[in-house]
Amino acid sequence: MNLEKVLFGFFILLAATLNFGFVIGEIDNPAHHDIYELFAALVVSLIATVLKFGDRTQIGAVQLSTSLVADLQLIAAAMVWGYAVHVSDGGLTPHMTASVVSLAAGALLANVVSVIFLIAETLMQRR
Amino acid sequence: MFRYQSVFFLILRRLRTPLILLISILAISVLGLTLAPGLPDEQGNPQYLSFFHALYFMSYTATTIGFGEVPYDFSNQQRLWVIACIYMSVIGWAYTLGSVFALLSDRNLQQAIATQRFARSVRRLREPFYLVCGYGETGRLICDALDRLGYRIVVLELDQLKVGQIELQSYAADVPALTADASDPETLRLAGLTHSHCAGVLALTDDDSANLAVAISARLLAPRLPSLCRATRRETAANMASFGTRHIINPFQKFAEYLELALHAPAAWRLLIWLTGLPGTTIEQHRDPPRGPWILCGHGRFGRFIAEALDREEVPLTIIDRAPPKGDEHPWIIGDGTGADALTEAGVDKAVGVIACTSSDVDNLSAAVTARDLNPGLFIILRQNQFTNHALFDAFESDLNMVPSQVIAHECLAVLTTPLLVPFLDEMKRRPDVWCHELVEKLTQRYGWKVPRVWSERINIARAPALYRRLMQGHSVTIGDLLRDPRDRNQPLACTVLLLQRDDDKDLHLPPDDTDLRASDELLLVGHAQAQRQLEMLLRNEYTLHYAVSGRELTRGWIWRKFLSESQR
Repeated sequence: MNLEKVLFGFFILLAATLNFGFVIGEIDNPAHHDIYELFAALVVSLIATVLKFGDRTQIGAVQLSTSLVADLQLIAAAMVWGYAVHVSDGGLTPHMTASVVSLAAGALLANVVSVIFLIAETLMQRR
Repeated sequence: MFRYQSVFFLILRRLRTPLILLISILAISVLGLTLAPGLPDEQGNPQYLSFFHALYFMSYTATTIGFGEVPYDFSNQQRLWVIACIYMSVIGWAYTLGSVFALLSDRNLQQAIATQRFARSVRRLREPFYLVCGYGETGRLICDALDRLGYRIVVLELDQLKVGQIELQSYAADVPALTADASDPETLRLAGLTHSHCAGVLALTDDDSANLAVAISARLLAPRLPSLCRATRRETAANMASFGTRHIINPFQKFAEYLELALHAPAAWRLLIWLTGLPGTTIEQHRDPPRGPWILCGHGRFGRFIAEALDREEVPLTIIDRAPPKGDEHPWIIGDGTGADALTEAGVDKAVGVIACTSSDVDNLSAAVTARDLNPGLFIILRQNQFTNHALFDAFESDLNMVPSQVIAHECLAVLTTPLLVPFLDEMKRRPDVWCHELVEKLTQRYGWKVPRVWSERINIARAPALYRRLMQGHSVTIGDLLRDPRDRNQPLACTVLLLQRDDDKDLHLPPDDTDLRASDELLLVGHAQAQRQLEMLLRNEYTLHYAVSGRELTRGWIWRKFLSESQR
């Protein structure tokens, strides 16, 4: 058992689960999508990205790229949310909520891929 | 190769902890701010900062910009949390910056960055370059000369201080240099051993085994590349020769050969030092070493080579050394060459020459001064080990100075820059001395005693397209036709052909002016540097060549040519 591996797996999985939790629900209903969950998903995803820095294997490189995709999508979602709530006049309309959630859903896909890689790597090593 | 590309990843890995700390601190601060109740609004409900405002506030607070409490005044609960946030973020940033600076001053990282930069600049070289391993005295002499001749150089050197000196030398071209062990094949590869523009490898470190390692790497990784290796021990030289190193230079043996030649054929020797001198220097005219009894002070590695050379010339020799002889038949005085007693005992008053060749410069000078006091007419040969002592050796004015680094440098340059010079010098040694005497008189009258430019030209489509096409069209061009000043064809070009090599024919030495040139001939020329540039122009530029050969200007452009040939018909 290796603490590094535990933390690594924990953060990757947590990023995916938080992301999932935010995305699930009616896509245009603001009540179904808690902004704190988006915040948590973004922070955990950023930490997971930094944890992947410096891995020189091929699978490590792809892991890093999926994480970067997830970060980008979540940051975009957060920016749309910030724009909707504070800048636009209409506030968090169903239309805006749908944009935020669909961007986060894209991040979810990247996170799922990341988890698949994690599983694949674990199975490959057989240790 | 891979491990040098990962500097970026190395930095990322080292910064992993500080980055995670920063993200965590920012996240905790922002989260706390959104949860802390603010001042109540009109209805009396506490207001909360949204993520947007919390992130905005934390961003300018953590980076010490500090706009104040935006968008409205904070409650005391919020201020309490902000105090905690400020201290956390200061610690986080201090830790991150500390890690970054520690990383930048890390020797391993600096070395990795230097290696990467070096490898990149070598990879980008697009002209022929020489790989010089070891930047000692010899290395510096050779680099100076190669740079002066317009070649690029790549240097590997173990000593950081010497690598630093390269930047202080004012080389015309940029010289990529790396502090690394040249005996490591991976390092050699980074330094361009397998690069398509690498023109040769020179192993010049003062460590025989490192030179041997370079020789082996060069032989296996780049078998077609000319490699020159310095060897000061016979065993190393034999080892290098056993796997086909083409040029092994032992400075002691080389100098002994020169001395032998000087005794045997003084004119050939003068021609040799004139042709192989360092570019930009002037040959001082020494008297020739006389024949008669000689005294040798010091019978070490160098002394043994000298003794053998003098034996071959059948010159009587007396040896002075502290150690008793080991199976040597020369008259032997056990003692110190620096003292008058030993020199008198060795018969200094009847001797014609003294060779001081111990490994100590002070001893050599001391022996030479004492010997000259005892017999002012002596021909004195001095071995100079350290370049830094050159002021002392210059002041003494010996007849011949043997500086190992210079001997190696001369030899390397001759071999590398003009491969045809070696066969010419071999031939020269076979000819009678009168022939050499006439040649050296003729050449030095024309070009002076300053070391001339010696170079070779091959008449092929790549090196000499204009001449090659002309020959292929069936025109005949003689050497006399070609060697003309491209500005005024009545003036001859200031260079002479020493050797003409043909694939299917015997080599022609000093071919006369009416010799016809043929395609794929190779010429060895000697002359002024300007003549080299002009000849290059003649060989490459059709119009210049046409003028030099025929005296008429060739018309440029298809229409003019068509028009003129019609009207001439």
